[in-house]
Amino acid sequence: MIPNSVAGRLERQAVAIRRHIIELATEHVCHIGGALSVADLMTALYFHVLKVDPADPRRRDRDYLILSKGHAVLALYAALAERGFFPVEKLKTFEQKGGMLAGHPTLKVPGVEVATGSLGHGLPIGVGIAVACKVEGAPNRVFVVMGDGEMQEGSVWEAALAAPRFELDNLVAIVDHNRFQAANAVDNIIPVAPLADKWGSFRWNVIEIDGHDMAQVVAALERLPEAGRPTAIVAHTVKGKSVPCLENTPRAHYTRLTPEEAAEALRGLEVTS
Amino acid sequence: MNLQAAVKSFPELLLELGDANPNVFVVSQDMGPVGPFSQKYPERALDVGITEQNLVGVAAGLATRGKLVFVYGMAPFVTMRGFEQVRTDLAYNEKNVKIVVYFTGLVGGPWGSTHHAIEDLALMRAIPGMTVLAPCDPHETERCLRGAVELAGPVYIRMGAFVPVHEQDYAFQIGRAVPLRGGSDATIIATGTMVRQAIEAHNRLKARGVQAGVLDMHTIKPLDAAAVRDAARTTGRIVTAEEHGVIGGLGSAVAEVLAEAGVGRLARVGVQDTFCTEVASYPELCEIHGLTAEGIEKAVLSLVEGGGP
Repeated sequence: MIPNSVAGRLERQAVAIRRHIIELATEHVCHIGGALSVADLMTALYFHVLKVDPADPRRRDRDYLILSKGHAVLALYAALAERGFFPVEKLKTFEQKGGMLAGHPTLKVPGVEVATGSLGHGLPIGVGIAVACKVEGAPNRVFVVMGDGEMQEGSVWEAALAAPRFELDNLVAIVDHNRFQAANAVDNIIPVAPLADKWGSFRWNVIEIDGHDMAQVVAALERLPEAGRPTAIVAHTVKGKSVPCLENTPRAHYTRLTPEEAAEALRGLEVTS
Repeated sequence: MNLQAAVKSFPELLLELGDANPNVFVVSQDMGPVGPFSQKYPERALDVGITEQNLVGVAAGLATRGKLVFVYGMAPFVTMRGFEQVRTDLAYNEKNVKIVVYFTGLVGGPWGSTHHAIEDLALMRAIPGMTVLAPCDPHETERCLRGAVELAGPVYIRMGAFVPVHEQDYAFQIGRAVPLRGGSDATIIATGTMVRQAIEAHNRLKARGVQAGVLDMHTIKPLDAAAVRDAARTTGRIVTAEEHGVIGGLGSAVAEVLAEAGVGRLARVGVQDTFCTEVASYPELCEIHGLTAEGIEKAVLSLVEGGGP
């Protein structure tokens, strides 16, 4: 079991990250829903799991995180800033002229490994990094965070076939299964479920969790790796999590919050923390 | 010394590079061993099967870890199916990956248009930060490959069904055209397999009293614009020749330079905005579509006889 203190600390950290996302989403029309659904996962990764060094983002022994669902960039920026990769105040420059914080991750941002935004690119790249580390005999791990709508991209499954072939037990695919894509519910566009069955049939070690239950998230991420094969974590989440008016709605994908909506959500976070 | 005698093929060069540098990797698609490198360093020779997106993405990942990666695959599939990965994962993400392709131009012959690559130069040239090389013979291929390794960043190297063209040693530099023949009436700017045809066209034209120079344009991007402008200023008439469509490749690149400089008249030899659907061998397809010395000769004569500078 995870000590309550670890889960509690991470839950408080996740509140800080959500606060940034919600505040920025009152200033900008942005991809808020998928950032909120993945916020707990990103918190656990950056504040408990990943071996990273904000003072030396490119150090050789770091773990790699690729946010393949690049539109959830606010969760990444908030996590990187909170973790010390760049000053938290810089978050205010999101999508502003001359700043470094574009609407999808770029190499200008300390801690970003790969510029993403077009879906289905992260996992093949993750496979390549993981192969390189294995050939070196290096202990680095590679985490690739994807969306469930992204499972519609064929390139995901090309890489899903390749990773077990190369016995990449240093590779973890995390699917943020929030059940919505840009236009509508995934089930109403092209269904991708059952995801655990799919990854299992591709010979991955599969762990299915509630992506908002920090104890489950940490337990899943700490259980890794299973020798000889890659791991897929299917994380059931809620799109727009913690903003009541957005949760499980198509609107959550890309919107701006009114001050009232944001205030209500922030009050809710205070209760949580 | 015979310039072509000691030439190393890509697989032979890969072994040399791999022996010297443990960071050298090759990623290929369903083609078995890439020569002795694959036998000697199986862990650094990945065959990712019949994929293109994954092929290029895996290469980008290896390069993210600092590897020097060769992608080795078939031109039509890598450049078209894997285009966005080349553009975004390699070029936008600034990866040190060299894409070495075979099955270029019309080499696929009777296999049909699915296996012809007549758009690859156009596609690769459109990508910011991409270096695009199209050598003309085995010797120049080796120099292009070695040159690509010296460059940081993504490079596209278009192989071909080559026979020796260069007989004497010459200064090779990526981005610099190689003057092969002089001539005051016109300049043939050729790339890849068409360089050899251009030399033959030069000989045929000479017999008719027309002096056509020949430039070997092994680098499509960055194009040697100065050489193009100089040729246009000294000979007026320019004919481009490429085993590629006339849209977007060497012909278009030269046209851009000429139009911006306001000099020269241009004719483009290449596949004319069409699929090569005739069932025919590779040489026969080249004949049908005018990718021959005769085709170049006609284009030069059309400019000479058409009058004007």
